[in-house]
Amino acid sequence: MSVLNDLELDALTELVNIGVSGAAASLREMVGEQVLLSVPNVALVSRDQAVKILGERESKKLVAVHQLFEGDIKGRALLIFPETKSLELVRAVTGGELPLEDIIELEQEALAETGNVILNGCLATMANMLQRSLKMSLPEILRGESEQLFGLQSSADGEDVVLFLYINFAMRKRDIRGYIAMLMDMPSLTALKTLLGELIERAGGLETRTDVRT
Amino acid sequence: MKKRYVSGASRGYEYCMSIKVLIVDDSKLARMSVAKALNASHPDWIRIEAANADEALELARRSPIDVALLDFNMPGRDGLTLAAELLALYPELPVAVISANHQVEIVNRAREAGASFLSKPLTAQALNDFLEASVMRTKTGHQ
Repeated sequence: MSVLNDLELDALTELVNIGVSGAAASLREMVGEQVLLSVPNVALVSRDQAVKILGERESKKLVAVHQLFEGDIKGRALLIFPETKSLELVRAVTGGELPLEDIIELEQEALAETGNVILNGCLATMANMLQRSLKMSLPEILRGESEQLFGLQSSADGEDVVLFLYINFAMRKRDIRGYIAMLMDMPSLTALKTLLGELIERAGGLETRTDVRT
Repeated sequence: MKKRYVSGASRGYEYCMSIKVLIVDDSKLARMSVAKALNASHPDWIRIEAANADEALELARRSPIDVALLDFNMPGRDGLTLAAELLALYPELPVAVISANHQVEIVNRAREAGASFLSKPLTAQALNDFLEASVMRTKTGHQ
């Protein structure tokens, strides 16, 4: 089932790392506080496993900003966090001075905008590095448990393997944490393999000595 | 280390044939990219690579290095922690922490640790500017 070889997986992880790191810097500007990131985790799993991975970490209700991307590769990108943290994120983005009723009223819009900045930033960086353009849908807010977020539509040919990558982010002072996840199905994965091959070729394939002889 | 520099004015500054650059990144692709840029401008420099902080320290302890290029976001200890460890070993060592995560806190921490901050994806220009400044700094003594 290893559609991607080690170096291609490495390249994809690095691509995600660069994309999300840039997006974290944008989020930091929006909230005025450092955003901590984990090392990205990239795995080829079934849709069920993806649901399980997230479900194990977060048993409660989740909120996600969801965007579709389309081009040489297509898939879904999600910014996910526990529902209990949603208003806190909105409060952070809006500056923290607004009364609760205003924050509640602004919630949908602020979440969509935050998700848009983060997911677009991440996907645009990845698209640039792959030298392809990706079209992104408008952000949509989803609420529910991990099954609802990941189990949207199963593919027609019964192919149930998805590329699942996620990275945790946290803001310590505000006790906000969440995940960025991306899902791609098998046909996109095959296309992605080609693009990653091109990226690796551009990187030069230069072998470097790993040990020192003096 | 300073005594190793010899005259060679092809790039407008004196450089040494055997400058040793340590590249640390958990991504092989990232190491390849840095190696390619480095090889294009300084094909005569020696590159050594490590995939994490432990490997990097082991290489640095085994024999002195002249420049270190460190990824920030790595499993285990991050590039800022490694920068501090390398600088404890070699206080004069020019170190750059490389990341797309240009949050002000990270850039400031890099500078406070005595390292430069370079943005990912790394451009040949940014790398060369850092290397040139590093060589100049080493040649003229730490400033």
